[in-house]
Amino acid sequence: MIKELTHEQKQQFGVPSMEQFSYDNLIVKNFAIATMVWAVVGMLVGVIIAIQLYLPALNLNFQYITYGRIRPLHTNGVIFAFVGNAIFMGIYYSLQRVCKARMFSDLLSKIHFWGWQLIIVCAAVMLPAGLTTSKEYAELEWPVDILIALVWVIFAINMFGTIAKRREKHMYVAVWFYIATVVTVAVLHIVNSIELPVSFLKSYSVYAGVQDALVQWWYGHNAVAFFLTTPYLGMMYYFLPKAANRPVYSYKLSIIHFWALIFIYIWAGPHHLLYTALPDWAQSLGTVFSIMLIAPSWGGMINGLLTLRGAWDKVKEDPVLKFMVVAVTAYGMATFEGPMLSLKNVNAIAHYTDWIVSHVHVGALGWNGFLTFGMLYWLIPRLFNTSLYSKKLANLHFWIGTLGIIFYVTAMYWAGIAQSLMWKQFTAEGILQYPNFLTTTQEIIPMYVIRSIGGAMFLTGVIIMIYNLYKTAKLGSFMANEAAEAPAIFIEKKKGSGEKIHRFLEKKPMKFAILATIVVLIGGLIEIIPTFIIKSNVPTISSVHPYTPLELQGRDIYIREGCNTCHSQMIRPFRSETERYGEYSKAGEFVYDHPFLWGSKRTGPDLQREGNKYPNVWHYLHMQDPRSISPGSIMPAYPWLEKQDIDIAGTEAKINTLRKLGVPYPFGFENTANDSLQRQADKIAADLQKNGAAVESNKEIVALIAYLQRLGTDIQVTKSAVK
Amino acid sequence: MSVIVVLIGASLIVAAGFLSAFIWAVKSGQYDDRYTPSVRILFDNKEENK
Ligand code: HEC
Repeated sequence: MIKELTHEQKQQFGVPSMEQFSYDNLIVKNFAIATMVWAVVGMLVGVIIAIQLYLPALNLNFQYITYGRIRPLHTNGVIFAFVGNAIFMGIYYSLQRVCKARMFSDLLSKIHFWGWQLIIVCAAVMLPAGLTTSKEYAELEWPVDILIALVWVIFAINMFGTIAKRREKHMYVAVWFYIATVVTVAVLHIVNSIELPVSFLKSYSVYAGVQDALVQWWYGHNAVAFFLTTPYLGMMYYFLPKAANRPVYSYKLSIIHFWALIFIYIWAGPHHLLYTALPDWAQSLGTVFSIMLIAPSWGGMINGLLTLRGAWDKVKEDPVLKFMVVAVTAYGMATFEGPMLSLKNVNAIAHYTDWIVSHVHVGALGWNGFLTFGMLYWLIPRLFNTSLYSKKLANLHFWIGTLGIIFYVTAMYWAGIAQSLMWKQFTAEGILQYPNFLTTTQEIIPMYVIRSIGGAMFLTGVIIMIYNLYKTAKLGSFMANEAAEAPAIFIEKKKGSGEKIHRFLEKKPMKFAILATIVVLIGGLIEIIPTFIIKSNVPTISSVHPYTPLELQGRDIYIREGCNTCHSQMIRPFRSETERYGEYSKAGEFVYDHPFLWGSKRTGPDLQREGNKYPNVWHYLHMQDPRSISPGSIMPAYPWLEKQDIDIAGTEAKINTLRKLGVPYPFGFENTANDSLQRQADKIAADLQKNGAAVESNKEIVALIAYLQRLGTDIQVTKSAVK
Repeated sequence: MSVIVVLIGASLIVAAGFLSAFIWAVKSGQYDDRYTPSVRILFDNKEENK
């Protein structure tokens, strides 16, 4: 029998003594509850906007729930509220365990939790109110941006504090994924959110046009990478082996795939802007890095699936593993499809269509959703010291969720490809076969119906899960602090001699480090050098002028209503697009666009050349009731624009702010801006009046029409001037 | 396109940070053992392991 050593003996022999401590399970439980609550909210909003796309009347002409305003609510709700809370739940649980330490500070944990919920509530109020920056997944206005940064820093301190006081010398691979998440998301958020406030709840992006687009998609792409991917991979590396009770297939592969992934991901952003006015070399670079991404992504997928080798009998039995297997498979599918979509010829078909929506939902519903459900089914019984209330219900959830995904995804592939082909179809005579955009919309309405059914099924599954987990919690008893013990960490003296460094260089990983550096540097140099050679990639077009005050106000209404969620303003240089929409877009046309409004989805037609296309009264009637002008249209009606006054009190601040950002409004113009606004508005109102629409000139609709009539006309001016 | 310099700068800083983290990890022996950590997480010190 082994005799227990006394404390003195232990010290004498250098045996670390056991330390008693506890894990904070309360914070995990709180994040778990928040995850479930926001899952229902976020997905419900998703189902509502899905139905609005074939039943526009569902918004009851109530401005706060129109498509353009609540689509961002849906995306923010599922990304930052549902997935965000799930990330924190998973990290707070697993980080404590792999570090063998309680979270650094209970107070910081609490501030983090409540701070994050506060941000979500702000978003839920502000987005329907139309307070938005219009930049996708970064819609929240500047005060909330600051709040996000603060809460994120608190999270970072709490996390690094925990890592610093860990009792396990080795940092398990999941911890690296968490670190990558915390650090990179902070950088992305700050760079993309640099904006100049106009007022308490309104700001303009400091970047304009092409530059703003590039920053936005550098952010958008990396948000997918470092918010939806790296934390989930980290959680996969903890929860999947735990649930299967077997070690990850190859720990070595997990390390390699981690480092490869983070070094490559950050350069792939430009693939969101193929064929746009972004310089070609930047587009190609984005494509190359996107293709390279397949390797590390699939490294992760294969590692996850092979962890279950020889345990497939368990998968059949255990709902937790079932969810995780589908999640990892979905991850593999999405990360194969992503690089394919970065190929220019594939992108030419897929961009702006529902194909992208499908791609996103393979990732969101499959990878993020199902991994979260797997984690919840595994965690809640453990937190409550019991076993799952009903395996049957969990299996039901699994099947209804899987079917939901299949419905959703196939319908959207079909819709995307069908519509894109119709857009590009020419007749034998060389004219567009479907010149009326609406024909192509009508064609895919049945797919929109199926999609909403798929989404509703997925949501039903979530509700079943919540019931099941609620019942589970009732069965057990919650343990807020879970006792644990671990030996105190044995801190090694630093090695430091020159000889050691040589030995270190000889180790294999060094070669990898050098390779990684080379990759990063090549990427960086290729992007930097041409920028220095070509002084500016934006050719300034002399006929492009800043917006008039009225147009500017109209533009802000366009942003408020989220027209950019359905309409692009970026005509790609294909004949099918120039034929349909007019001259393709030039980088120089957007130099005064703070923020850019290129859009990423064409549910409606492109509006870049909308100016002078129709008379004012057409727009007036169309905005009042799109279906009166375009029967069968799925665009929402905007009757309140005719009732609400233009925010003339804000004109001066807007002009001043834009001037600070480099828009050449003459000094003093801010004082007369409202006179100019009034003159232009009177003209439009008089024209509307003449054509039978009695509108007062101080109404928002007038400003919006002024903006729509301006769109893309600067270049037409040149042409007529040349003639 | 001067903003590209900003983005590359930010990306390079992130990448350089991770590179030094990587070098630290290798140097401090984090990756000397490429097997047992994967097994170790399976053993929480509680009776758990159902
Ligand atoms: C739910 C998606 C959706 C939203 C949101 C939306 N639209 Fe539309 N829009 C469409 C569709 C579909 C069409 C094509 C059918 C039609 O003419 O109504 C369209 C057509 C248009 C047209 C006519 C284009 C042309 O050249 O024929 C204009 C102008 C327009 N929308 C402006 C707006 C403005 C301004 C907003 C925001 C206040 C907006 N739309 C919001 C879907 C949308």
